[in-house]
Amino acid sequence: MEKPEGDREAGVLPGNAFEGVPKAPYGLLEALRRVQAFYGYLPPESIRKAAEYVGVPFAQAYSVATFYHQYSLEPIGKYRILVCMGTACHLRGNSLNVEFLRTLFGLKAGRKTTEDKVFSVEEARCFGCCGLAPVVVIQKPDGGSDFVGRANPRTLRALIERYRRQERGGA
Amino acid sequence: MSWTLLDKCCEKCTHSPENPCPDYIECRLFGPLCHDDERCRELRRQRLEELRYGEKGAKIKVPMTSCTLAAGAEAVYHAVEDAVKKMDLETTITISGCYGLDFIDPWLELSAKGMPTAIYANVKPSDVPHILEEYFVKRNVSKAFALKEKIGAASGEDEVPLLSELRFWAKQYKWVSRNCGVVNPESLEEYVASGGYRGLSRAFKLGPEATIEEVLKSGLRGRGGAGFPTGIKWRITRQQAATPKYVVANAHEGDPGVFVNRLLAESDPFRIVEGLTIAGYAIGANQGYIFTDAEKLLVAKRLRKAVEEARRYGLLGKNILGSDFDFDIEVVLSSGAYVSGEETAVLVAIEGKVAWPSQRPPYPSEKGLWGKPTVINNVETLAHAAMIMAEGVEKFAAVGTERTKGTKMFCVTGAVKRVGVYEVPVGTSIRVLVEELAGGPPQGVRIKAVHVGDSSGGCIPASLLDLPLDYETLQGAGVILGSGGIAVISEENCVVDVARYFLSFSSAESCGKCVPCRVGLHLMRSILDRIAKGEGVEEDLEVLRQVAEVVRSTSLCALGGAAPNPVLSTLRYFMDEYIAHIREKRCPALVCSALIKYRIDEEKCIECGQCAMDCPAHAISKIESGKYRIDESLCIKCGICYTVCPVKVVYKVSGARAG
Repeated sequence: MEKPEGDREAGVLPGNAFEGVPKAPYGLLEALRRVQAFYGYLPPESIRKAAEYVGVPFAQAYSVATFYHQYSLEPIGKYRILVCMGTACHLRGNSLNVEFLRTLFGLKAGRKTTEDKVFSVEEARCFGCCGLAPVVVIQKPDGGSDFVGRANPRTLRALIERYRRQERGGA
Repeated sequence: MSWTLLDKCCEKCTHSPENPCPDYIECRLFGPLCHDDERCRELRRQRLEELRYGEKGAKIKVPMTSCTLAAGAEAVYHAVEDAVKKMDLETTITISGCYGLDFIDPWLELSAKGMPTAIYANVKPSDVPHILEEYFVKRNVSKAFALKEKIGAASGEDEVPLLSELRFWAKQYKWVSRNCGVVNPESLEEYVASGGYRGLSRAFKLGPEATIEEVLKSGLRGRGGAGFPTGIKWRITRQQAATPKYVVANAHEGDPGVFVNRLLAESDPFRIVEGLTIAGYAIGANQGYIFTDAEKLLVAKRLRKAVEEARRYGLLGKNILGSDFDFDIEVVLSSGAYVSGEETAVLVAIEGKVAWPSQRPPYPSEKGLWGKPTVINNVETLAHAAMIMAEGVEKFAAVGTERTKGTKMFCVTGAVKRVGVYEVPVGTSIRVLVEELAGGPPQGVRIKAVHVGDSSGGCIPASLLDLPLDYETLQGAGVILGSGGIAVISEENCVVDVARYFLSFSSAESCGKCVPCRVGLHLMRSILDRIAKGEGVEEDLEVLRQVAEVVRSTSLCALGGAAPNPVLSTLRYFMDEYIAHIREKRCPALVCSALIKYRIDEEKCIECGQCAMDCPAHAISKIESGKYRIDESLCIKCGICYTVCPVKVVYKVSGARAG
């Protein structure tokens, strides 16, 4: 999805953020999706804006935002690492990969994002590419994503090191 | 762009979306119907040949679906573009859907006039120039994976098998998936050329009641899992007095490890659009929705594109094909929740609310979307409906069982050589699917069990592989057909772990609205966690069974109703494994981490140090002999050393609850 113009740092949603979204209660899911595409997560104030736009109470928008797991109420890392937890990936060892990544980043229980907000590790639903199990997908800050098939700790570690180098080079 | 099949052949044609001709679809292939002109016929013949071989007499097809893209199809596409430019080849490059054969991804299909069409498997970008050179310049096909026909024109034809002769193809009955991998999923013209929209056209000629009769007569049952007769659903909804009515295609495929709907929607989206239009016409709805997961963006993109194309040519909109029937479709995305694929939850999700299922009755056919009569069908069901209307009831019902006619697409994953989606007659045995189509287990691996129906299904032991895949038989064996997922479990997998895995999925996805599912699944999961840690007691098994029965019989929707199946079925068939975990504190498959220890075979260790380098707990160190050893007090049993050891000398032993 293309990111609309606006001031992300100042928390100002662009005027056209909801363009094309139905101005009716059934537009809520899409309106929240637009907000998340802009900020990378859902700041409380933005949930209120989406609620106002489609004409539902804040409480309803909040319940929707907390129900569906694509919405995040906390900021997520620049690199969003999604580890597939589908059946084929489970049978071929993806829970080990999650364990590896969490240990590597020193993530405490209940946390999914590193202190420096560079990496997030999330368990994801099936990507439907079971032939390449176990699968890990990394959504990158440039909007692209890396797809890792037959992932193992070694390939993952190499990839993370590459991202870290890019981060240092870019900073 | 040159003339396409969808355009007027000459000025005598009066069709336009505003002033539609009822014979528009038949006329595309068999026309012209309203006048007689050899030139117009020739135009069609030429165009059909162009679609087959491209406008320049040669064509390269690259599959663009989630599975092939994940395997690197995009890089292959660019490599093809580069090579064609460099070699100055006169060919068309086009995209296609996926054959469902994941083990050949990414593949390429080359065709040219006077040459057999050839499929190349597991193509790397660097292979592309060579492949093109061999095929187009040297006219040699010996390196192909399979040929679509043999015509004795190219060298090496005898060395390559025909696709239709390969077991995993020959044993399939390609019906709803026949276009998958064959047509360009973004081209309405190719869909129509393949016989598309003949079903809708015929429905308009029969009228809505007779259309429902056809579907009833076919015996089509819902392919989403429950198996309810589609024709009955349509008839009940048509009979409702309340208006407006709605039709909904459910493309939400939340089951982990199943990608039947994704494959269909990405490879042949027009079939779904046509099927939904037929359903709308049959029940008297003017608005349809296609609901899909937010995770599968390509599904939404392809379906949206198909809807736009159909609108552009008057196959959606006002007075479609002069039938006086108005119909439009909107594609709606979930935002991620397994339960939002449950039929009553789909409807509230489309309304923009939290996807909580609701008590039935009233069924959606009486009170559905916005409280109005609604038909909700799985996309595979709708694709069947479109095929039945186009090809007739007899061809559909020619295969299948007495009670369930036709075919079903199954997705086979896990311990098999050929992961993929296979379409077979309902009633085909699990053995045929797993061993003949999916190729059986890899060398040295033995099948222990097969999990049918994914998170709502159950595990059956290898000894029951001859069971036929149909609703009633499987129910008798304690599992359900579900959405068509078949996960093959090897001796290296632990069934307690598998049950625990599905339970943790279901309990995480429980929406929390009803108590049995919310509390019961959590309780079951914590018992399984204990057993997996070797902390279980024998009474746990009885409690587990009792809670499972309560959850199954008293939950509000099918999520809770089916979630205990993985546990109940493994208790039924694999009691010995549960007992081993409880009595002997031992995991026979050496999977449950609390019950095993990792060791390094110091005799065979090559001292490379890879294990120590990758160990996240720093539990591996060099000992005096130069070999490596695991410090059990530090080991977190993550199994990484086991995975990374290049000479495979890290091994697992049963250890009674060490650490």
